[in-house]
Formats: sequence, structure tokens, C-alpha cells
Amino acid sequence: MSWGLRDVRLSRGRTVALAGVTVRADPGRITVVVGGDGAGKTSCLQVLAGLVEPDSGSVYRPPRERIGYVPATSGLYPDLTVEENLGFVARAYRMRAAELRDRGSALLGLTGLGGVRDRLGGHLSGGMQRKLAVAMALLHSPELIILDEPTTGVDPVSRAELWRLITRTAADGTAIAVATTYVNEAARAASVVLLEAGAMIASGTPDEILRGVPGALGTTRAASRPTPLSWRRGDSWRVWAPAGDLPDGAEEVRPDFQDAVVAASLAHERAE
Amino acid sequence: MSAMAALAEARLVSRRFGAFTAVQETSLAVGRGEIVGLLGANGAGKTTLIRLLLGLLRPSTGAVELFGSQPSIAARRRVGYVPQTLGLYSGLTVAENWAFTAAAFRMSGAALPAAIAGLGGELVGSLPLGVQRQVAFAVATGHRPELLVLDEPTSGVGPLGGARLWESIRQAADHGAGTLVTTHNLEEAEQCDRLVVMADGKVVAAGTAAEITAGRTAAEIRCADPARAFAVLDAGGISVQASGSALRAAAPAASVAGLLSEAEIDAKVSAMPASLEEAFVAIITGPMTT
Repeated sequence: MSWGLRDVRLSRGRTVALAGVTVRADPGRITVVVGGDGAGKTSCLQVLAGLVEPDSGSVYRPPRERIGYVPATSGLYPDLTVEENLGFVARAYRMRAAELRDRGSALLGLTGLGGVRDRLGGHLSGGMQRKLAVAMALLHSPELIILDEPTTGVDPVSRAELWRLITRTAADGTAIAVATTYVNEAARAASVVLLEAGAMIASGTPDEILRGVPGALGTTRAASRPTPLSWRRGDSWRVWAPAGDLPDGAEEVRPDFQDAVVAASLAHERAE
Repeated sequence: MSAMAALAEARLVSRRFGAFTAVQETSLAVGRGEIVGLLGANGAGKTTLIRLLLGLLRPSTGAVELFGSQPSIAARRRVGYVPQTLGLYSGLTVAENWAFTAAAFRMSGAALPAAIAGLGGELVGSLPLGVQRQVAFAVATGHRPELLVLDEPTSGVGPLGGARLWESIRQAADHGAGTLVTTHNLEEAEQCDRLVVMADGKVVAAGTAAEITAGRTAAEIRCADPARAFAVLDAGGISVQASGSALRAAAPAASVAGLLSEAEIDAKVSAMPASLEEAFVAIITGPMTT
């Protein structure tokens, strides 16, 4: 069974939070929803988790007790220890003591939290808090895992540990939907949805998004912005010519995933 | 970068807090027009080093120079700082925030910087985050500082907003400002001219992104059953992550191929140049250097 959203629309007050968004979350695969703050990532995941009813569109999800959800903020109890946090989740899902012990120990080992079982959640570093929140969401072996920005503000070493855990969970057959503001994390996904101001501006596999850049991309060291469809990349400029007519002095380069995402965002902005 | 040209320079600086050494014999220089990225895990000593450079902390040993002399209040007026939390009053308008900063830098009455001239009447809190970050940057650089210190400058901003912020940062550098960027975002780090990686108070790597990743490889694994390949490699103690329809492992391709063939998994394993993120994790965590 595949989970996801089809053409979901959601308003919050006078703002359109989601303007027709489709997301697939398949068992054993990682879907990444990428965009900046206010793009609609959280709304998208809240609709998928069943926390918010959309105005229209279809939502496919397992029963609530088969979902693991980590909100962007916290997701743990700061006044409980690491072990107590896991115990709390286990009771909520009526897990057997042996199941909590085995699965809890395994997850603490995978997240590197085995040595801090007795530390209060609120006393963990930011990266450790995110890892504990993810471990809590995985504890009852749900069919669909929804993670809202699990790696924001997390240092790269903890981020790699979290992605190893996410990859392992997908390898076990779980469907995973992850929101992030980091474009390079989207490149790891089996399927990507790029959001901006509630609109879905690109979707597909990373390769499909990469191939979706029409025309030519060039690089140049011009002193000022060479064309309106240009952006900085290190000490040079990227110049995008959708019709393939690169300006003089621009040397053609193969776009990478980050270029493709910026190009899609620019194309969407011009269409508005 | 010669010592003469450095805007800010730390030479073999150490800083102890009681028994704890936050920064140990660390050297760092930021020259005119260059963008230096300062990377490291939380607690690596980045913030202490910046406070030492700005003279907000005194070194236990070693020397710090800001604009060629000991850091002072007068020297700090020539610095622009944008914290990750922006440092703006969200309940005030853009123009009011600017007036406040302008007064602090003794330029009361100065016109709004051109980049935000059209936003004067907007409440900061009502603007999208990407625009708020543009405002914070314009306000912090309105007094034409010669040295910029930026903390996670594009945090939370979408891809296009991030690209536009970097256009502003590059423009300031093109006008001669030296810039020190701290970030956990290695995409952002790749925008810098030069990187300094800290761990446990010491510099553990330095150079351009290309120099730091040079000679380091990751193994890309393509096979019909990635879940099984993952299980085998993970059990073998290799850090494996998803990468689109493939897997990437932070290990030599030969040992990855060996483990997979032992488990009779038919896979195509290729050695790929390591990404900056993979190189960073290897530098911080692993003895493996190639």
C-alpha cells in the first residue's frame, strides 16, 4: 500500500498553505519535501499525519497508531530522561516490556544515545534531542514515518547518523516522508517534492528534476549579474538560458541538483 | 594571505576556561575580499574563536589582531555581525530597525540601504524569512564594515532566497569586505573561498572545498535490492546512506565490493569523489584519510 497526498489544498486564515500538492510515500522509500520556512512543508506533513484536514484533495495514510510523527520543534519531554521518554511512548502504544527493552536498546545504540539513558531530554545537545525524537517515533515500528526537519541546525556528523537511521528504516520496508531546508538532503531521496509558498514547483526523482532543466547552464566570472536568470555559485556566476542561447563568455556546465532546484524556483517565480 | 593584509588574525591562540581548553593553538586569518567558512560540530570552539578575534574574550596564550592592532571598541565598529537569530526587532518596521542600528554606529539620519529601500514601512515580523535575512544583512552592513561575521546566513531560507543572499554576501566581498561565515550547512560552505574545520578546539583541516575533498572517495552502490545491500554493509559497520535510487557508503569501494560479493549480492560499486559533507564527517570521526 502506498501512502500520500493527491492534489491537496489547504488554507490557513487568508493564506493558501498548500495550493494543490501531491506527495507519494511508498513503503521502503524515502520521500523528501524541500523548501524554505513558509513553503508549506509542515502543512504538508501535518495533512499526511492526519493532524490537519485539507480543504480538498485526497489523503492516503495508515491508521494513526501506525504512524510515527516528529514535529519540527522538540517531539520529546524535556523533564523526562532519555529512557523515560521511550517508556512513555511504549505505554502510549501499549508495547510489551520485552519489546520496549529490545527495540529501545537497538534504537539507543543506533542513535548513539546508549551512554546517556539517564540524562534529561532537556539537557541533551540539539543534535541528540533530534535523534531521541526520531528514535521515539520509530519505537513502535510504524508503517509510515513523518519527520519534520529532523536535521535543521544539527551538525554534519549527527546529520549523517540521522540519515543512516532513516536509510535503515526505509530498508526495513517503512515509508518515510522527511521535510528539510537542505537541498543536498533532497538529492538522497527516492522522490522529491519542491515547495515554495504552498506551490509544488518541482517533483519526481532527483534525476528527473535534474533532467527537467531546459536549455543550457553556463558559468562565468562576470563582475555583475550577467542576465536576469543568473545566480552566484562560489566566486563565479551560474547563467541559465532556457532557450539554450548562453551569453558570450559563459562556459557551458552540466547542472547539478542544486542548480536544477534554483532553476525550477526561478522558472516558477517568473511564471507568477 | 600575508599577515600584513589580514583584517582579522589569530596566531596560535589558546583559550582556557578553568580546566577546559575551548581553543588550542589555533591560527586563522581573514583577508580583504575573501569569504572564509568556519566549520565544526557544536562545541568545536568556533564561537570562542570568533569572540577572541573580536576581542570579546582575551586569549590565554597567543596573539589576536583586528585591523592590524589589538581588538578594541573602535575596531569593532568596523565589523558587521549577523547572528542566526537575525538581531532585528520583529515588532518594529525595517526603517525603525535601521534607525536604531544607524544610531549605534553614529550615523543617525542615514538613508535606508538601497537593497531594502522599498521595505522601510514593513514590520519585520510580517516579512518572509528570506526577506528578513536580507534585511538583517543590509542593516548589519549599512555602515560599510570592513569585516563581516555571519552565523548560518541562509538558515531556513529556500533555494532561491539562499542564492540571493549569497549574491549580497559576494557583492560585499567584491567591494573588499572580508567575511567569516560559520555554518553547519555544507552547501553553504561550498560558497566560501576557503574553509577552516575545527574539532575539539583545534583546526583539523583547512583549504578550499576542492582541497579538503581531494583524494577522498565514497562508494556508490547500485543494485537490484538496495535494502539487502544496506543490511549487509550496515552489519559490517559501514556508514551507508540513501542516495536517490542508489546507496553511498563512507568506505573504500574495494571493501564495499568485497562485503557485497561475500554475501552474494550482485552490485555495481564505483568509487566517487567524496562530497564536502562526506569528507567533513570522515575528518571529524574517522582515522580513514583516503
